[in-house]
Amino acid sequence: MREPAQIRILPGGKRLHLHDGPMDLIVEAYGGTECVRAAYRAAAERFVGILDELCGELELLRQEAGAGSAVPEGIVAKRMFAAVAPFAASAFITPMAAVAGAVAEEILRVMTSAAALSRAYANNGGDIALHLAPGEEFSVALVDRPDEPSLFGRATLRAEDGIRGIATSGWRGRSFSLGIADAVTILAATAAGADAAATIVANAVDLPGHPAIERVAAREIQPDTDLGEMRVTRAVGPLQQLEIEEALARGLAKADELLAAGWIGAAALHLQGETISTGIYASPEKGRFVSPGSPSGGNFLHA
Amino acid sequence: MQEADTIRCDACPVLCHIKEGRTGACDRYANRGGQLVRLDPHVVLNRAVSHGDPVVPFLEASREWDGRVVQTPETFVTAIGAGTTYPDYKPAPFIISSQVDGADMVTVVTEGIFSYCGVKVKIDTDRFLGPEQNLVRAQGEPVGHVTTSEYGSQMLSLGGVHHLTGGGKREGRVTCETLLDLCNGKPVELSIDGGASVVAQAGKPPAVNGALEERMRVGCGSATIGMFAKQWFGKVDEVVVVDDHITGVLSEHQAGKLLGIQPTGIKMKGRRSTPGRYFQVAEPGTAWGGTSITDPLSILGEWNPKIARPGLRLLMVSTTGEHYAYYELDETLRPVEKSLPESLAESVERVAENCEPALVSVLFMAGAGGSLRAGVTENPVRLTQSVRAALTRVTCGGAPVYVWPGGGITFMVDVTRMPENAFGYVPTPALVAPIEFTLRHADYAALGGHVDFIRPLDSILKDESRRAAPHGENPWPLAPAAPKAAK
Repeated sequence: MREPAQIRILPGGKRLHLHDGPMDLIVEAYGGTECVRAAYRAAAERFVGILDELCGELELLRQEAGAGSAVPEGIVAKRMFAAVAPFAASAFITPMAAVAGAVAEEILRVMTSAAALSRAYANNGGDIALHLAPGEEFSVALVDRPDEPSLFGRATLRAEDGIRGIATSGWRGRSFSLGIADAVTILAATAAGADAAATIVANAVDLPGHPAIERVAAREIQPDTDLGEMRVTRAVGPLQQLEIEEALARGLAKADELLAAGWIGAAALHLQGETISTGIYASPEKGRFVSPGSPSGGNFLHA
Repeated sequence: MQEADTIRCDACPVLCHIKEGRTGACDRYANRGGQLVRLDPHVVLNRAVSHGDPVVPFLEASREWDGRVVQTPETFVTAIGAGTTYPDYKPAPFIISSQVDGADMVTVVTEGIFSYCGVKVKIDTDRFLGPEQNLVRAQGEPVGHVTTSEYGSQMLSLGGVHHLTGGGKREGRVTCETLLDLCNGKPVELSIDGGASVVAQAGKPPAVNGALEERMRVGCGSATIGMFAKQWFGKVDEVVVVDDHITGVLSEHQAGKLLGIQPTGIKMKGRRSTPGRYFQVAEPGTAWGGTSITDPLSILGEWNPKIARPGLRLLMVSTTGEHYAYYELDETLRPVEKSLPESLAESVERVAENCEPALVSVLFMAGAGGSLRAGVTENPVRLTQSVRAALTRVTCGGAPVYVWPGGGITFMVDVTRMPENAFGYVPTPALVAPIEFTLRHADYAALGGHVDFIRPLDSILKDESRRAAPHGENPWPLAPAAPKAAK
């Protein structure tokens, strides 16, 4: 029995909650009252059709992306396809790796087209699309283990930094991972791009063949998964300090590669209490994730 | 190709195939025993399936569960999830006013980040867990030590600033994880240098070297003789209470002598301490009275033919009453097992009845530092003074705390009286625990409180919040009695 999409204003009266099937978004717009109302109306109208639209092309979206593969038709599906394309040559990836970010971007797009907003975000289960008018900024808090949230750090994103997407991936999260990172958080120009890159970097944080890592064919857990027989991480036992560093170094190499190619702006990788970061917000000191120009001890204090 | 244990969910167009015990892509619908069930609210999903918490079968429930355990007429905002900043240079996240019996009460709610914190673990067992002062390890890392034995229990002191931040990086992380799990009521495996391995979980029986400890003994064998001598007098000629520490013998024991119980000619193996008290009758184990004994007669020698007589009645019982046997001596002075007479059954039951369930208890202990107190008042020492003067009540997730005498606000709290998953951590590493200070509005202003930041209670309740029923044994934090009348 198809459950209808749920759309409501959250208690507090400021944020919009959109829920349909596996999609769960928290949306907030900043601006004049009329503008916010128009933006929320546009978001709600657009949201209702997205899931059916995506499911119409689901089979194609679960296929490995590559040079010869067919291009989907829907606007969200096309965005997913484009987001994973840069990574398809060197790794296994399907457009599904960018679905959450692409949906967040679409909701944000209709909101900003409907009204003039100073700031807005659409947060689809941790994959976030951002809007910042010139001169505006967002303060973002990071957690290192989605199942046991603890504040890891904060970053201030300013309009001129060009970051409009944040995404997190890791084996503890809702989606499967081929790697062992507790979490990889990516800041990028788009939410779909960040989503795809987080998947790629989290997959790269790995110790192939290590006995403390339990892997299972993805199909064993979810028969419909786009990952099929690929072995996804189910548990990671305690690792030695050197092993943690080695796994993180592999992920960091991948992140630096994406950074050099201009696909992402920054990455923070977490594994068993260790953190390493790279990109525009990474300070020289390992493990810190601070915004450029902020006074030391400013808006980031943990870790 | 649909497998037998897989169902197809039709709640949305993704149409997931869901295996038994799993959820679909949404994490909201699950397959439980071949039935499609809906799990609400979203955040409790994984736990509901793996731990068997209540799930709401969809289509059957006429209305959606709103997430409350029970509806409570009054509300106390705990600090769980309040968030905090570190150092606390800003006022605590929530400073809430609510009216209690006409007096304006203020509750300052914050989540403290505690580097100076740990747990005291009381393990109800008489088994030897390890020498005093020895290290207690988790995942191979030192996380604490064995401290003094207490009556019927062994004490561990875990955590503390030296293990959290003074040792290796991994030591700090494992210590933090161990404390977090113990405080949140999860089981933790500990191994003691030169001693036992223990699985400890707050409010549950401990497992020592893999064996579950179910009951605390009523006392050692000698103490048991002392407690029950009168009840045995006249009904039986001899009683041996088998114990791995001190085994007691009624006719030789002071308590028996006082009642005029005659010698029986019994001969115990083991080392006699004082009359009627024997050490080391057997090796420690999991059978009779915490020993390795399965046949209690194996700890007796030959009866003295000059004193013993045929027909003499003997009761052997363990300190928990779990094991017992009744014998009478035959013509050759050999004990022959008989069924327990009605008149003795009651005393054996009473021994068992006096053995309480063995539990692990966990007290979280921490100190509210100057910066945390600064979130409450501009003059942190005044908060300490106010707590000392009992004008301010301290609670931890709504649970009562014991505040240590002396300087600072160092407190202890029973973690089982706090709401579920009340603790968090930061990677410093340090634990994050809720702490609330409740006092009268006038007293709050007098100690330099951040009165400009006070919000009325109903403005907090409009925000999204988790509601939980108060723990049955906790006094209501806003009950008027506790903070004494102002100066």
